Amino acid sequence: MTQSLRRLLTEIRPEAEFDRSTDFFGDGLLDSFDLMTFVSTLDKKYAISIEGTDIVPEHFCSFDAIQSLLTKYGVAE
Amino acid sequence: MNFVFSRKRIAGILVALPANERRFVDDMRRFDFPESRSLKLMEVMGYDRHRVVTEGTCVSDLAVIALERLFDRKLVDREAVDALIVVTQSPDHFMPPTSNIIQGRLKLKHDMLCLDIPQGCAGYLIGLIQAFLILQQPHLKNVLVVNADVLSRKVAVTDRNSYPLIGDGLAVTLVENNAGPDVIYANVKMEGSASDALIIPAGGFRQPCSAETAVVRDAGDGNSRSLNDLRMDGTAVFNFVQREVPPMIDDLLRFANSSKDQVDFFLFHQPNKFMLQKLANKMGVPHEKMPMNVVENFGNSSGVTVPTAIAFNLGERLVRESRNVCLAGFGVGLTWSSMLLQLGPLDFCEMIDVL
Repeated sequence: MTQSLRRLLTEIRPEAEFDRSTDFFGDGLLDSFDLMTFVSTLDKKYAISIEGTDIVPEHFCSFDAIQSLLTKYGVAE
Repeated sequence: MNFVFSRKRIAGILVALPANERRFVDDMRRFDFPESRSLKLMEVMGYDRHRVVTEGTCVSDLAVIALERLFDRKLVDREAVDALIVVTQSPDHFMPPTSNIIQGRLKLKHDMLCLDIPQGCAGYLIGLIQAFLILQQPHLKNVLVVNADVLSRKVAVTDRNSYPLIGDGLAVTLVENNAGPDVIYANVKMEGSASDALIIPAGGFRQPCSAETAVVRDAGDGNSRSLNDLRMDGTAVFNFVQREVPPMIDDLLRFANSSKDQVDFFLFHQPNKFMLQKLANKMGVPHEKMPMNVVENFGNSSGVTVPTAIAFNLGERLVRESRNVCLAGFGVGLTWSSMLLQLGPLDFCEMIDVL
């Protein structure tokens, strides 16, 4: 799962080193507009609709946080 | 706060947009972002074209053209206008009110009320509610609600958060007393403690414009703007909308003893396509009942996007027939408002290009 997420994130921000971060927003790797693009990508890839109230930086700040959120939407590793 | 109005009618809507059109693919060259990143954003948010005024154009300039058009075509009698409400965040001046300026330029009668309301994304609904309140006076017949903004003049062209989506425009709505049986339900909510989520920091009395406030600075996220420019906390606004709008619509429908199935169209403020898709999904509303095509065609012109969504998607249809519609606006303030009404048949519902 982490590998798949890394690939999707790198498509949005090719220059960012996500493996070295546990706070993608605090470290400047993602901004709020990247988040919208990323959510749209996840929605399509996993055929889900992440609710607007879940689209907050806390749920997308690390690979672990994203995996946790996807588990909530029934996406298995 | 809930409102109920009876014996009131929206009689017509005329949307007047500046003919000057900009394209996102041209705008994005000014942003400090890789082109591929901007193109992805374009697809997700629905950015494409947006209408902006040419330098120097003010709200009253758009209003005079649009209102003269209504008077010339005898869709409204100049002498029969009892009140002119102007909802705008971009007045011609701090003083006098823009509504007075428009009244003067159009030589409307003295025996009337001119009123400015400085509201934004929910402003169209606030203006309609104010018109209905004025028409509680049974001897008054007609109120014109002019909702307009030229905020492109207060957005930095190097600000990718705001410039690609900003649109200028104006809508005139004729509201009248009417003997019909339909009831209009509305609600309004306010949260001023979050007012800095959408703000133009300088230019008022708190921080007057100066050489210092005009300096364009790197905002730290790849965007550049000055304190004279509009600043939007995109994440805060997005989360506010997703959190507050669905329960507001539920409250309105409950108050009106109605349901989502009974609503033909949800005609909402149009911040961007992504936000509206998420709202529709959360509310369980089919996307075909919630038009989301205003930003990609015209840009986000604050409250004006609501009448634009009406005229662009249902214009001719609403001249022939009536539909049960739910309107909603949400943003600057923070303010959010919704309205349930039977809309149509209208005397006019159309769009024109001006200037």
